[in-house]
Amino acid sequence: MPLRLTALAAALMLAGSVHAADRIKVGFVSTLSGPGAGLGVDIRDGFNLAIKQLDGKLGGLPAEVIVADDQQSPDVAKQAVDKFLKKDKVDFMTGIVFSNIMLAVGPTVFENQTFYISANAGPSQYAGEQCNPFFFNVAWQNDNLHEAVGKVVQDKGYKNVVIVTPNYPGGKDAVSGFKRYYAPKEAPSGGKGKVAEEIYTKLGQLDYAAELAQIRSIKPDALFFFLPGGMGINFVKQFVAAGLSRDTQLFAPGFSADEDVIKAVGAPMMGMFNSSHWAHDMDNAENRRFVADFQKEYGRMPSLYASQGYDAAFMMDAGVRGVKGKVEDKAALKKALEAKNFKSVRGDFKFNSNHYPVQNYYLRVIGKDSSGRITNRLMGTIFTNHADAYVAQCKMK
Amino acid sequence: MTQLVLEQALNGLQFGLMLFLLAAGLTLVFGIMDCINLAHGSLYMVGAYFVAAAAQAADSFWIGLGAGVAGAAVLGLVLELSLFRQLYRRDHLSQVLATFGLILIANEAVRMIWGAQPLLLNPPEALSGPVEIGNFFYPAYRLVIIAFGLGVAGLLYLVVARSRVGMWVRAGAANREMTEALGVNVQGLFTAVFVFGAALCALAGGLLGPLLAVQIGMGESVLILAFVVIIIGGIGSIRGALVGSLIVGTVDTLGRALLPTLLRAALPADAAATLGPALASILIYLLMAAILFFRPQGLFPARA
Repeated sequence: MPLRLTALAAALMLAGSVHAADRIKVGFVSTLSGPGAGLGVDIRDGFNLAIKQLDGKLGGLPAEVIVADDQQSPDVAKQAVDKFLKKDKVDFMTGIVFSNIMLAVGPTVFENQTFYISANAGPSQYAGEQCNPFFFNVAWQNDNLHEAVGKVVQDKGYKNVVIVTPNYPGGKDAVSGFKRYYAPKEAPSGGKGKVAEEIYTKLGQLDYAAELAQIRSIKPDALFFFLPGGMGINFVKQFVAAGLSRDTQLFAPGFSADEDVIKAVGAPMMGMFNSSHWAHDMDNAENRRFVADFQKEYGRMPSLYASQGYDAAFMMDAGVRGVKGKVEDKAALKKALEAKNFKSVRGDFKFNSNHYPVQNYYLRVIGKDSSGRITNRLMGTIFTNHADAYVAQCKMK
Repeated sequence: MTQLVLEQALNGLQFGLMLFLLAAGLTLVFGIMDCINLAHGSLYMVGAYFVAAAAQAADSFWIGLGAGVAGAAVLGLVLELSLFRQLYRRDHLSQVLATFGLILIANEAVRMIWGAQPLLLNPPEALSGPVEIGNFFYPAYRLVIIAFGLGVAGLLYLVVARSRVGMWVRAGAANREMTEALGVNVQGLFTAVFVFGAALCALAGGLLGPLLAVQIGMGESVLILAFVVIIIGGIGSIRGALVGSLIVGTVDTLGRALLPTLLRAALPADAAATLGPALASILIYLLMAAILFFRPQGLFPARA
């Protein structure tokens, strides 16, 4: 009898908790200081712009965004996440830039049954075997942009390529993504090119003198690098200063060739090809509004990171709207998020069964626009409705 | 091949000389005053911020460098007179605690004044490309850094080995009480050495700013390397600091350049890719351990 009473009480309590919440709390952990800060700041600004356009609400309920800086350290991020989950009891989390940090805090977030909407980090682990119902990525899987660059380098007929990337999970994903489409054996298109050297640097390294000397001795015809944030800024500057740009064509995913890097490096970036799922000159109503409002609000051009933060907010908005504010009903909220009931600034896309996007990837080139400003220009489509390579390994519970 | 060897040698030299600018001040403060200054790296950071801010205000890198170095020297003077003077007679634990506190204060002060994002410092336009000598290419700006480093090393050699002040400094490092007993104004000497060390920090920070990034926390990682250098070289010895810096600079550069390739010959590609960078980054610590094993006082101990 007492047992049944307890069960009844528990059932009542559970039922009671499925009321509509009175507000939506979002825990935003990101890298806001150090060389990776530009990325986190852009994601945050994009996210906040969306909240502002939604009149400070998510799904019609007042939104409260709590921001913490992870200082690009998994330990600091873990502390911030623990506080968000236990003390603030947030409804959503987002913001993490680097995959090693995402992998460090992910288990805690999922165990707490809190939805994490990734606006950047898309590690292969969470796309494949460790995929989780509480993890969504609104941007891409880490490999995707690199796969697109690999395809371009392959199609353009380059034969002797050097790869430079930091030694961390995102870097490993970059190399496997690139080689999936550029390499003799692995490439589906089956090319004749070779990877002359894979250079792994320390994450956060700023001086590339030793690596550049090595590249010079190899004399590659193309160089593919994935160095997000300040690392890429320094690499391109030092690459040009060493006189390597005369013989070697640079290729990079959109991360290393967006507004943050262009602003810092300037003219030496001209003519560089890069891949992205989004571009500031994409012609759709949502994107025109986003790019115009972002410039008005912050006085600078948005980067792809900003577009991802912006989309993450609209995705939460659609999710909360889909369950009419009853965010405690996790199963219903998951369905509402999977339905993707919002219009992205990159145009249409849908979620795969592993909660990663199936979408188009585009080629961009850096050049001067009509007003003489150095920026990216959309060149064409590399992949149409492209899914990641890990989805088959995902058995979503 | 010649290009590769020569280029890597110059890279090692450039890195080593910049370490020397930091280690020279640190080894003197440690050796003469017996004071562990963990905030030496903060002087490097604040100096770099001074240079970047002055360069932006004046729109000239060289004016910025001069003003930044002068500013850091003044800051060094204020710190010495107000804080470090109280610390010399205390034990090492108090010094470590006080200067660690200074690191935290410096980081937060910089965050409040200049914000959390790195400042951009660009080299002068004329130096942003490579220098071509026949078939040999090398970034012009790195050559300028090497020139500065060699210049400072030469100047220090003249002052320390050939001048009266230098004699006092060497005497102070070897035996402080005896030097005091002989009537040298050790108090004034300490102040001068500390201010000079602060100026060298700012010079290194300002010169490296365009290559690296002017950002919060940039001092901590380089401070560890500077300590490795003075421990290898022998505490209190300028010659030891120079030799130690060049060894660390060369070993670090060569390790990063050669280790992954060497490992690939012996191990599967996957293991080599993981092990290579990790091993390269601990190589100098292995070196330090090896040198300490054979010469616990360092290569050129001041108090032999």
